[in-house]
Amino acid sequence: MSDPTRAEVCAVACADTWRGAGEILLSPFGVIPAIGARLARATFSPDVLLTDGEAMLARGVWPIGETPAAFEGWLPYRTIFDLLWSGRRHIMMMPSQLDRFGNMNISCIGSDYRRPVAQLVGVRGAPGNTVNHPTSYWIPRHSERVFVPQVDRVSGVGYDSAASAGPAAQRFHDLRRVVTDLAVLDFESADHAMRLVSVHPGVTVEQVQDATGFPLVVDGAVAQTRTPSDDELRLIREVIDPGGARIRELPE
Amino acid sequence: MAGKQMTEDEVVAELRSGMTIGIGGWGSRRKPMSLVRAILRSDLRELTVVSYGGPDVGMLCAAGKVSRLIYGFVSLDSVALDPYFRAARQAGELESIEYDEGMLYWGLYAAACRLPFLPTRVGLGSDVVHGNPALRTVTSPYDGEELVAMPAIRLDAALVHLNRADQFGNAQYLGPDIYFDDVFCMAADKAYVSCEQLVATEELLNGAHPATLRISRALVRGVVLAPNGAHFTSCATDYDRDERLQLEYVRSASEPDGWAGFSARYLAGNEASYQAAIGAAARSAQDPFPPTHPRRQ
Repeated sequence: MSDPTRAEVCAVACADTWRGAGEILLSPFGVIPAIGARLARATFSPDVLLTDGEAMLARGVWPIGETPAAFEGWLPYRTIFDLLWSGRRHIMMMPSQLDRFGNMNISCIGSDYRRPVAQLVGVRGAPGNTVNHPTSYWIPRHSERVFVPQVDRVSGVGYDSAASAGPAAQRFHDLRRVVTDLAVLDFESADHAMRLVSVHPGVTVEQVQDATGFPLVVDGAVAQTRTPSDDELRLIREVIDPGGARIRELPE
Repeated sequence: MAGKQMTEDEVVAELRSGMTIGIGGWGSRRKPMSLVRAILRSDLRELTVVSYGGPDVGMLCAAGKVSRLIYGFVSLDSVALDPYFRAARQAGELESIEYDEGMLYWGLYAAACRLPFLPTRVGLGSDVVHGNPALRTVTSPYDGEELVAMPAIRLDAALVHLNRADQFGNAQYLGPDIYFDDVFCMAADKAYVSCEQLVATEELLNGAHPATLRISRALVRGVVLAPNGAHFTSCATDYDRDERLQLEYVRSASEPDGWAGFSARYLAGNEASYQAAIGAAARSAQDPFPPTHPRRQ
C-alpha cells in the first residue's frame, strides 16, 4: 500500500468519531464523512444504521456514488424526526461558520438577519440535531473564514448557548468532534471550549492555530492523528471509494 | 359523489393575495410546479409561503409574489442553493421566518390537530428562537422542563403534487417518501392535489400497497390532472429531476436578462406552452434523458 493521503487520514478520523456508536443511525454530510461511516461499519462499528441518501436504510458496505445492494428498512423524512428526537442518531454536519463553543451556522452570513450579506441554505435540522443527539462536524478547509470568534446566526447549538438556554437544552446536548483537513478537535476542556486533539501527519500545532479565528485549548503535547491501517486503506481504495471521490473533496 | 377535477387556473382563481399558502414536496423533489406556474401567471401578490423550499420558493420570490416566507431550508438538492431565493433575501425583500425542519413539521401538525402549539426541545439555544420574538416557551406541568411552544402554522391553502389520484381527491404517492404532503393538506383550509395520472378509484391499488394511499378525499378540495406537473423537480417513480433545465434556471440568475429572460423562454404562456417549450429545449440539447419520460404503465 502506498502512503495514506490526507483525504484517507480524514476518512479514518471521521470513522473513529463513530467508534463504539452501537445501533444508531449515522448521518454523514460530505463525501469523506460518508466514506468514514461505511469504513466504521466495515470494521469496528458493524451495528450502525446507514441510509442510501434517500428514504431507505441500506445494508452492507457499498461504493460512493452507487446504489446499495440490499436494504433493511424504510426511513422517510417523517421517520428521521422520530429517530432523531428519540436520540438514536449521530450526525456529522458541514458548518459554514463554527465558533469556540461549537455554535455553528449554515443559515446566513452578515450581522443583519433581515438583509444578509450572503443567504445560505437555512438552519435545516441543526437546532434539533444538536439538542437531541450526538453531533460532530466536518470542515474540509480549515480556515479563519469557518472558525470564527462568533457565528452570525446560531443554527447548531454550542455548549455556551445550551447552558444559557437551560436544562432542557442541555439534557441531550452532546457535541463530539470536529474533523478538518488539518486536525481533529473536540470540546473536552474544563469549560467546553474547543480543544486540539491531534494534528494530521505533516501539520503543526501553529498551522492549526493560525487557521483558527479564536484561541484553541492545547493541553500538553498534541498527538498526531492516527494513520489508516493497511486493511482500512484497502477498504477505502478498493471497496468504498474506488472512483476517488475523496480526492475531489480534498485534493492533495 | 361529486368529482373535484379542476384546472390549475381554476385553483388559482380560488386563492387571494395575502393568503398563507403551503407547498408540499421537499427541496427539488415532487413540487406542484404546474400550480406554482399558474400562480406566477396570476395577479396574486403578498403571499406568505410555507415550504421545505426548492424552486417553488425561488420562482415565487423572483416573480415578486412572496412577502413572507416560512421555511426550514431552500435548496435545489443537486445545486445547493437557489439563486433567486438568495437574491430576494439579500435585497431584504422578504420577511423571513426560519424554523428547524422538524419545527416546521410540528407547526403544521399542530395546525392539523387544531392545537395552538406543540411543545418541543427543538430550537432551544438557537437563533431560530432568539431571533424570533413571537416564539414563546412553555413549562412542562409534569417535570418543569422549559420547552419551545411551536405555534400552529395554519394554511389558507395547500398545494401538493402526487403520482396518482381519483377525481374525488383520494391521492397516492408511489415514490419512496410522502415528505409532509399529507400534513400540509391537514393543516390547510383548502387543499389542492395535482397528479401525474387521474385514475378510476378501483385502479388506485393496482400494483401499489394500501399505505401509498396516504391522502384522503376528506382533506381535498380540488384535483388537477398535471402530467409532468412537477417538472423540473423530480417525481419518483414517474421521472427524475430535469437537471439540465434546473441548471439553466440557476444560471439564468447570473445572466443580464435574469429572471425576465428565463420566464420569457418558458413561462410566458400556459402550462401546455411550458410543456412544449421544455420539450423543444430538450430536443435541441439532444438530451439523452428528455424531461418527459414515458408514463408509468
